[in-house]
Formats: sequence, structure tokens, C-alpha cells
Amino acid sequence: MADETLLEVCNLRIEATVYPPGEKPQTLVIVKDLSWSLKRGQVLGIIGESGAGKSTAALAGMAYGRGGVRLPAGEVWLDGQNLLAVGKAALRNVRGRKVCYVAQSAAAAFNPAHTLMDQVVEASLLHGVCNRATAENRAIRLFEKLGLPNPDKIGDRYPHQVSGGQLQRVMTAMALCPEPDLIVFDEPTTALDVTTQIDVLAAIKDAIRDTGVAAMYITHDLAVVAQVSDEIMVLRHGELVEHGTAKQIIESPREEYTQALVSVRSIEHEEKKPSTQPVMKVKNVTAAYGGTIDVLKDISVEIHPGQTLAVVGESGSGKSTLARAITGLLPPRKGTIEFDGRTLSNALAQRSRDDLREVQMIYQMADVAMNPRQTVRTIIGRPLQFYFDLKGEALDQRINELLEEIEMGDGFADRYPAELSGGQKQRVCIARALAAKPKLIICDEVTSALDPLVADGILKLLLDLQAREGVSYMFITHDLATVKAIADSIAVMFQGELVRYGPKSEVLAPPFDDYTDLLLSSVPQMRLGWLEEVTKSRRMASGGN
Amino acid sequence: MFKRIPLSALIGIIATSTFVFMAVFAPWIAPYPMAEIVGGTWEPSSAKFLLGTDNLGRDLLSRMIFGARTTLTIAALATALSFTLGATLGFTAAVFGGWVDQVMSRGIDLLMAIPTLIFALVVLSVLPTTITTLILVMGVLDSTRVYRLSRAVAVDINVMDFVEAARLRGEGRIWIIFREILPNALSPLVAELGLRFIFAVLFLSALSFLGLGVQPPEADWGGMVKENKDGIIFGIPAALIPAAAIAVLAISVNLVADWILNRTTDLKGGRG
Repeated sequence: MADETLLEVCNLRIEATVYPPGEKPQTLVIVKDLSWSLKRGQVLGIIGESGAGKSTAALAGMAYGRGGVRLPAGEVWLDGQNLLAVGKAALRNVRGRKVCYVAQSAAAAFNPAHTLMDQVVEASLLHGVCNRATAENRAIRLFEKLGLPNPDKIGDRYPHQVSGGQLQRVMTAMALCPEPDLIVFDEPTTALDVTTQIDVLAAIKDAIRDTGVAAMYITHDLAVVAQVSDEIMVLRHGELVEHGTAKQIIESPREEYTQALVSVRSIEHEEKKPSTQPVMKVKNVTAAYGGTIDVLKDISVEIHPGQTLAVVGESGSGKSTLARAITGLLPPRKGTIEFDGRTLSNALAQRSRDDLREVQMIYQMADVAMNPRQTVRTIIGRPLQFYFDLKGEALDQRINELLEEIEMGDGFADRYPAELSGGQKQRVCIARALAAKPKLIICDEVTSALDPLVADGILKLLLDLQAREGVSYMFITHDLATVKAIADSIAVMFQGELVRYGPKSEVLAPPFDDYTDLLLSSVPQMRLGWLEEVTKSRRMASGGN
Repeated sequence: MFKRIPLSALIGIIATSTFVFMAVFAPWIAPYPMAEIVGGTWEPSSAKFLLGTDNLGRDLLSRMIFGARTTLTIAALATALSFTLGATLGFTAAVFGGWVDQVMSRGIDLLMAIPTLIFALVVLSVLPTTITTLILVMGVLDSTRVYRLSRAVAVDINVMDFVEAARLRGEGRIWIIFREILPNALSPLVAELGLRFIFAVLFLSALSFLGLGVQPPEADWGGMVKENKDGIIFGIPAALIPAAAIAVLAISVNLVADWILNRTTDLKGGRG
């Protein structure tokens, strides 16, 4: 039984039609000639960068194409039935019963108007798998197995009444409830904080093992997929790059692209010694968004010239608020910000043009950080005009220099942001910040929206620029791998407070405080068995209490 | 860019341009002067008077052509005024926020709470009925709707990172409103422009029909419906011709506006 093949996909081809403005509609091939098979009880990891076709391919495993997507060629055999050849009624019997789906954003996938229990048992009742009482019993057992608090009561809550990590686990319970043969997990932990991700990951892994269900696990994070999968399939531009056992892919990848994915974030960065005169001193800053709740509590940090301070913490820890306080967007309630020996006014409106010029900001979403109606030339040129009064040829020349610096040719100057890739957009944002010749650049999660390889390129560029221009960075991130790669000093934040602060070597060396320990041990590592080690050591630690 | 224009848009474009052409070249293409009595009362259409004559014996075709000029000019100027005023105020409210926004928005709410037509009737019966007053009254009343739309659009754009980036750069509010927000708000505003223009035509026609709009002997379509409405009792279709013109204009401008909206719905920007 265990060796029986459950899903067999042969020569799958997936197409969509694109409508470029002013041109004839074109056929876009999303997945080309892809074949794979999956045995019962096995987990297949599907990995690739955005646009690689991984979700589209996995959804085709239930013969489903998202809006506008066609499946013109290939066969999808599930349990002896070619899903691409059967009718809609037969498919309806398969979906939600034999194959279930766990979406990336649980918050958007649940219907806010119904209780969790109603939604978890819905598929089982619809398909007549069992009656309501049995289904609810089963759901409660699943809640328990997935480590949800109050398993017999949590089903009565509505989606907004549980946390993001819990909701993701409820969605896994929803998929497991009709006892399907196959579950498609579409980036189930990507939107979660690292500390939450590890719990969800462990819960999913246990549930898969206990129920013996087969799964396809889609993610862009190889370290995550290594923890849950038996086999890994690497996709790029809709084509198979490499398919092998998890062990083989992680330990001895054959293809160059896979090797690059495995070795990502291995930038070596030597920590610099702090200087005597910091460029920025944040002193006892407390800030609130109106009301009485302080989002930042008595924060003091320093940034030294030509160095990087990494601010780490999970969402809601106040790290972006710190950036807003420094830039003057959110004037602090208490405390001062000293820059280059002088005290900056708290409010943005009272700062001089030079003060503004010397602190620049780069945003997480490069898409919305640039005016979509301006060309790259205008975007980079505006700070040059605004701060240095450059005109005509001098302006053009400087723009070209800046484009050189971010490793893009001057052919990009007349493009609009919509005509750039994600990595290029972020590079243009970096050029815009550099154009002001700042002493400090605040980088707010600048790599978290990018694919790992592209993010790597951006980090390398930032380090290069730092070496050349001597600019300091305040690097806000939730990703500890990034921190290790670029930081000279680290500030760990939790619920608006600074829990740990100092040079990188000290912060990352034991003894740790509880929160830093939790944060550090939650970062997925690119080796097999990491998840088991961590969960085991945590269980032992909590058992000792 | 003009490849593949749908049929409906093509009809709209042709009809609209015909009206605009009539309006621009009225004195040259009209067979008779606008206000001169050239024949009998309500003569049927003939080779001499293509659309017949009106209640005083003036050539209906000539009055239609001159009427297009008056109607379109007033409606266009009123729309231009309402957009300049409404969009500037709306963007300002969105960018300043806080109490500025509150005061302006509640003030506009107050204006909108009074039925537009009744409000216009009251104002126009007090003020001298000149074309300037008409344009002012129509423009100001219509600007409340434009204000609502442009404020809503600008509030969305105002919170985007590129506007914040401009603020951090130290840009003034003028730059933020006209260089960062306006280009991104154009698509919905352009689509609204067509609709507002039509409402201005209808509004003006209604005012003229009630006798408070364009004053005789100036020709305008709403006024012409009023002048000739008594003929309907005797089976004379003179009133229906300007009425039909209003309807055709409304539909054709809408067709064009729909097409423009379809072409530019993406707010992603670029070359659109």
C-alpha cells in the first residue's frame, strides 16, 4: 500500500493568454512539459522563485487552473483516474474530498462570517463523508493534534478571533478533516513570523506523518521545504531544473541553479569595530500613534559611520515605528535623536533640507515606493534637482553614474517602474536614496519581498556601496540570515522594547535571553532534521520547567 | 494606440465630433441667422428649412446648430470649472488631512445635502441671469461631486510609499499634489469628466427649460424644447428634435468615456 503511486502527472502543459496593451493577445506558457509522480504518504516539496509556476503546477494536481489558466496538454492521474479527462461533476467529487488545498494567506482564505468549525467540517458534510457529529469530533481531534489551544472550544470562534499562526493550523485541520489522499500546501508559513512558522511547520509535519496523507508542499524557502519533504522538485520558468530526494538536493545538488539556491545567504561579512563618533544617536525615544499605548519604549541605539545596525524582531515589535520616529514621520513623545553631533528636530516639517538629505529611506515594497507615472530618470533625477540643483547635462551624467553604481545601464533611464523586475525596482530605489548623498540609509525590510537569489544580489550591492561610499545603514528585518550577512551591530526588539543590543558577535553569542534564543533557534537551517532537533530541545526545555 | 477601437466607441466618437464641429463652426454652417424670423410658424421640414421652423418662424436647423454652440460651451466651461475647483480642493483635503479635511468635507456635505436643481433655481432667481453666472453656479454645484471623487482617490494615493518618500525628501505640498498624486488620479478623473460633462448638459437644459438658464433669443437645446413644447399638442415634432439631440449627445459622450475608462483602468501606470 505504501509504495502505491497516488498521483502521476505526465507531460503537463499550462498556458494563459496575456493581453499587452495595444498588441494582439499572446499565449504565455506557464508550465512546459512537466512530469512527476507521488506515492501515498509521501511529501513532495516544490520550490522555485516567484513566477516559476510552482503553485500553478501543484494546483493542476487537482486539475484546477486559476482564472484564465488553461491545461491544454498532459495527463493528471489521481488514484487511477485522469482528472483532465473527466467532467466537472467528477472533479467536484475529487476536490475537497480526495485532494485538499491549504492557501498561503489563511486570513484571506477564511470566510469571516462563519465560525471556524462550520468551515472546517464543510467539505466533509458536502461530500457526505460523515455526519456532523463525527466530523466535529474529527475536527477537534485534529485541532488537538495540531497543538491548538482549547481544541474543543476553538471551533466556535470566528477567523478574526485567533492569531495568524493558529488560523494557518485551523486551515490545515480543514484540509485534513475529510481524510483526503493528497493535500496541496501553498506557502503555508510564508506570511508568518519565524517564531510562529516553526510551530506551524512542526504541527503540519506531525499531522502529515500521523495521518499518512500525501502532500505537495510549495515554498520559495529551501530550508523550510527541506524539513518536511521526502522529495524536492526545483522549478524555474515553468521547467523542471532538478528532482531528487530531499537529502540529495540539499547535500549534493547537481544543477547550478539548485546549488545557488542552497548556498544563498552565505555572504561573509567581517564585523567592523565601532568608532568613537557615531553618526546617529537615538536617545531614550518613546513614541505612540496617538492614544496612550507606547509602541516604542525608551529605545537608545547608535549607528556608526560606514556600519550597519540591524534591527530585528517579529511583526508588531516596533521596528518600523523606530524608523518612522528617526525620519520624523512620527515625532517621538520623549527622547532625542542626534545626527552627526547635532540634535534633529522631532517633527519632519521643522527639519532643514540638509537634515532630510542626509537620512534616506528604502522601502520594503519597491512597487509602491516609486511613482508609477514617473520614469526612472525622473525618480532618480528629482533628488539631484531638489538637493543639488543639477540641470541639463550635469543631471543626465549623474543619473547615468548612479545607474552604473546599481549595476544597471542607462538604457533603463526612460523606463517606467512597471517595466522593471522586482530586483531592478529595488535597485532604482537604492539609486534614488544614493542620489541624495546621505550619511545614513534606513532600509525597511528591503529584501523580504524578493526571491532569495535576487535578495542576495541586493544585499551584495548594499555592502559594495557601503564599502565605496562609507554610508551607514539601519537595516530593519525579521530575517536573521540577512542580519548575519550584513550587520555590524544588532538591536533585537520585542513589543516595543529593546531586549538585546550590541555588536553582532556579542548579540549572536550565548548566553542568550529567552526571546533572542527563541528567535535565533527559529530560523530554518538548510539541513535535514533541523526541525526535529529544535522541537525536541524545546520540549525538553519546557518539560524541565 | 487607435488600433482596435470598438464599434460603440467609434459611434460615440463620430457623434460627439459632429456636435463639436457644429458648435465650433456654427456661423459658417448654419443656413440662416440664429434669431431671424425667416418663415411661418412651425413649418414642416422642406428643402428650404431642413428641419422646419420653430414657434416664431425661425429656422430650426440654424437654431439647433447655434444651440449646440451655447449648450456645449456652457457645459464645457462649467465642467472645467468644477474639475479645477473640485480636484484641487479634494486633493488638498486629502494631503492636509486632519481638521482641514474635516472642515472642507463637512462644508461640501452641507452643499450636497441641498437638492442641486432647487439650489440652482434659488441662486439664479436672485442673481442676474448671465452666461457667467450660469457657468459659475453650475461649476460650483458640480464641483462637490468631483471633490468627493478626487478626495477619495487621493486619500488612497496619499498613503503610498512614494508619496511618503517625497515628503521625506522635503517636497512641498504643491509638488505632492500636482506631481505625485495628480498623474495617478487622472484615469478615474478622466472617466468622470465625460459623465460630469453630460450632467452639465442635462442640468443646463433643465434650467433653460424652466426658464432660468440661457435667456431668449439665445438658442440652447433646453430652451428650444421649452419654446416648442406647445407644438406637441398639435402633432408638431419641433420640440423633439432638440430633446433627441440632448439624448444623442449624452449617449455618445458616455460611449467615449466608457472606452477611455476601459483603456486606462489600470492604476499601475507606465505607458498605459
